Amino acid sequence: MLMVFGYNLGPILGQGVLGVVNGAFYALLSLGLAVIFGLLNIINFAHGALYMLGAVVAWFLLNYLGIGYWPSLFIAPVIVGAFGVLLERTMISKLYKLDHLYGLLLTFGIALIVEGLARNQFGSSGLPYSVPESLRGATRLGFMIMPTYRLWVVVASFVICITTWLVLEKTPIGATLRAATENAALVQSFGVNVPRLVMLTYGAGVALAALAGVMAAPVYSVNPNMGSDVIIVVFAVVVIGGMGSILGSILTGFGLGLLEGFTKFLYPEASGVVVFVLMIVVLLTRPAGLFGKAS
Amino acid sequence: MADTMLEVRGLNAWYGESHILHGVDFDVKEGEVVTLLGRNGAGKTTTMKSIMGLVGQRAGSVKFKGTETVDLRSDRIAHLGIAICPEERGIFASLNVTENLMLPPIVAPGGLSVAEIHDLFPNLKERAGSQGTKLSGGEQQMLAIGRILRTGAKLLLLDEPTEGLAPVIVQQIGRTIRAIKERGFTVLLVEQNFHFAATVADRHYVMDHGVVVDQIKNSELASNMEKLHDYLGV
Repeated sequence: MLMVFGYNLGPILGQGVLGVVNGAFYALLSLGLAVIFGLLNIINFAHGALYMLGAVVAWFLLNYLGIGYWPSLFIAPVIVGAFGVLLERTMISKLYKLDHLYGLLLTFGIALIVEGLARNQFGSSGLPYSVPESLRGATRLGFMIMPTYRLWVVVASFVICITTWLVLEKTPIGATLRAATENAALVQSFGVNVPRLVMLTYGAGVALAALAGVMAAPVYSVNPNMGSDVIIVVFAVVVIGGMGSILGSILTGFGLGLLEGFTKFLYPEASGVVVFVLMIVVLLTRPAGLFGKAS
Repeated sequence: MADTMLEVRGLNAWYGESHILHGVDFDVKEGEVVTLLGRNGAGKTTTMKSIMGLVGQRAGSVKFKGTETVDLRSDRIAHLGIAICPEERGIFASLNVTENLMLPPIVAPGGLSVAEIHDLFPNLKERAGSQGTKLSGGEQQMLAIGRILRTGAKLLLLDEPTEGLAPVIVQQIGRTIRAIKERGFTVLLVEQNFHFAATVADRHYVMDHGVVVDQIKNSELASNMEKLHDYLGV
């Protein structure tokens, strides 16, 4: 048995890996928040509610239309993303010229309404969503046995994060998006339809949240509170990683999941606050975040 | 007589509460290089931005090839075939040189190829992978001009392209302007340096306090020096 500093290494790694599962969701959600904040200058407080909505839509698709997990991974983000586009066009777009605070208040209000409606409809006990057939069972990792579905979540979210990063950093559409984040007026004067770019970016960020929601449904069950439970940690991730930094969100998301997991083993009482302690330390020492550029 | 490409009549513009342009009138004909001269604060840059749709509140008439543009959004105006090289150059820090160069979409056929732009500005080729804002001021200016030559826009608005640059770079930009005029581009140029303007332009308009106060042909510049010194306060 592996021993380090008198600890058995197996359970530490085990908790670490389970922490990375949470980290996978932190990364997916903070990635969408970072993209939206970068271009729209809106702190999207509705992100958690839209993540929950992704899970709810997947549950609906399964129980009312018999559409299973795999198609839902695609269909639910499209439906929720379209809802996001509607929100952006009818409400959020009216606030771009105002202070950040207005966007925050509006999206916070949207979050409360969406969550309230869901609670009214389903109660707060949660709806079961079973793991798809092909991902049931467990996989032996050497130092631990891991539920196959959770392993899939970690791998899939890592792939999605890296793909998103590549699209933003290495493609012409990503270059246009980065340029619009710097100086939207000039990019528009080159002939780019910036309002449409902004609308689609919000829709894509929201779709990413919904995708995380579908992936979360078999792990945490479909619960009206699932968004508000996770979103506070996700905001801490964004602050620690650096507002608007894409790579920062991804690395910090996974890293903080890991940190929470280790803390759960070493000192379980602190596992709920360790992220916020780190956030305070980062804010005091590097206010722009670990990966952010000081403006 | 060439066709009028740009016809500006009674152009007014505001930044918030401040009324900057008070009825600007001038024309630019196809294939011409025309400058706007004037002191700081005369309204030259605001005129450029108003033509491009970058000033929120504007009134009057700006016709490009007969199409009224004063109520259009800037991206629609760009697709008609106008492109701006702004005074602050507007090079994007998060994009490398190639990405900056390729950023503006093609709006019409007839733009320069990347190879032709590299021929005009060899530095841009050497520094293709550098971060845009790591370039020297002169190279950034070449990039800001180069990227709008690619788009096929036929009317180029160049706002003080020589500002703060070394004489050898100013000469290079002068050669570039003459070369693109040869290729049939039309240029509206804002300049503080009328000695430079005289080497590239066909006509000059003088602006003061948000209106055009005079027009001077380049061939008559020498005989109007005294008047021009008066306008520009030099």
